[in-house]
Amino acid sequence: MKISRLLKTIFMIDFVTGLLIAIKETFKAKKTINYPFEKGSLGTRSRGEHALRRYPNGEERCIACKLCEAVCPAQAITIESKERDDGSRKTVRYDIDMLKCIYCGLCEESCPVDAIVQGPNFEFATESREELYYTKEKLLENGDRWENILAANIKADSSHR
Amino acid sequence: MDSYFSILFTEVYKILFLLVPVLVSVAMIVWLDRRVWAFVQKRRGPNVVGPFGLFQSLADALKYIFKEIIIPASSNKLVFVLAPVVTMTLALISWAVIPFGEDFVLADINVGILYLFAVSSLGVYGIIMGGWASNSKYPFLGAIRSAAQMVSYEVSIGVIIINVLLCVGSLNLSDIVMAQQNLWFVIPLFPMFVIFFISALAETNRPPFDLPEAEAELVAGYQTEYSGMMYAMFWLGEYANILLMCAMGSILFLGGWLSPIDVFPFNAIPGPFWLIFKVLFLFILFALVKATVPRYRYDQLMKLGWKIFLPFSLFYVVLTSSFLLYFDLLPGK
Repeated sequence: MKISRLLKTIFMIDFVTGLLIAIKETFKAKKTINYPFEKGSLGTRSRGEHALRRYPNGEERCIACKLCEAVCPAQAITIESKERDDGSRKTVRYDIDMLKCIYCGLCEESCPVDAIVQGPNFEFATESREELYYTKEKLLENGDRWENILAANIKADSSHR
Repeated sequence: MDSYFSILFTEVYKILFLLVPVLVSVAMIVWLDRRVWAFVQKRRGPNVVGPFGLFQSLADALKYIFKEIIIPASSNKLVFVLAPVVTMTLALISWAVIPFGEDFVLADINVGILYLFAVSSLGVYGIIMGGWASNSKYPFLGAIRSAAQMVSYEVSIGVIIINVLLCVGSLNLSDIVMAQQNLWFVIPLFPMFVIFFISALAETNRPPFDLPEAEAELVAGYQTEYSGMMYAMFWLGEYANILLMCAMGSILFLGGWLSPIDVFPFNAIPGPFWLIFKVLFLFILFALVKATVPRYRYDQLMKLGWKIFLPFSLFYVVLTSSFLLYFDLLPGK
């Protein structure tokens, strides 16, 4: 062992230097945000809670083609369809098990009419598992609530599709 | 009979007066530890529950109380339940001899430092019992590591204490503090202070010597099978031990409750506050080390303990005693 190395070890130079750096860093500005009170920015393609959208006249977009059900890798989506009186095919049941879902975004990508989308909301924790079994009503309600942001996001992203 | 009860009640009152502040400060110290750790890494740390997140530990404790206690089917149930109780009891009973000021001590016994040393040596039993009774691989490995580590570093702590005792001539903790009125032992015995600090890190299983619970290798070491309040008791015991080691360091080397210089604005502050300041200073150093230094390898840990610290502190005993003898400074003459 070289003498300089030995002296460094005995007087713990490296250790003290590290400690001084640690103390210096303590007084610098924080790199993290104060989460529940301030939030980070989200991209237009962020994949959060699902929503079923409607046309501006109030008609459901979903045509029950079941592409999302087929493509879903976690098999979280369950759809049952029926012909309506006016001859159009609509869903009677559209369930997403949010606990099975892996939030991959394939359902949104496969949808030909932009009906099922994933919105920017990622804070939908609940106190029971049952509440995370989303039905068609819940998904449509989500769509109504987030429509402005969802439409803006789809429009902003349209050139990349 | 009446006098018996009056003595009992005053003693219980005194014990509660000591234990409740100790437990509260343990909770606060956990918060401080996490906060310092976060600040070094430029994070915010717990800052939501209460002012500056001060009540975070209470919220955590509440969570632990409401969690289910799971006792593994293959474990030795009696020993498994006993282990956290032993850890916490041993961590708390040592506070009986810590002097917070002149005549401000629960049990002013003549062998105070020996008592402290004995109790902190017993502390390893809680960990061995926990690891053994779990009847599972990782806790067992953690317990083996912890036993070897704590026993090794106890030896050098013992020799360091001998150094201090040579300068004092008494095992009473109050006498040790009073002997530092003119000069804190940290100045003549500075290398011993450094070695004591590092040994205290190893003794309390703190990083960089947290091998018994090295999460990358042993999940959580001897605590792996514990849950709920039993886990919290291990945790409280561990932090009470850390606090005790800080108090021991400040009594042995930093002059306990004495003020740094005996002039007006300093000696007006009551003794217990000085002790608290010193304990806090040492604890923040503990927390900074945790945030800075990477974990040691096990053979490096053993080499440091047996091949460097023990011979060096033994050499220092010879040095101290010959110095005292040559200059005729031996105490008790």
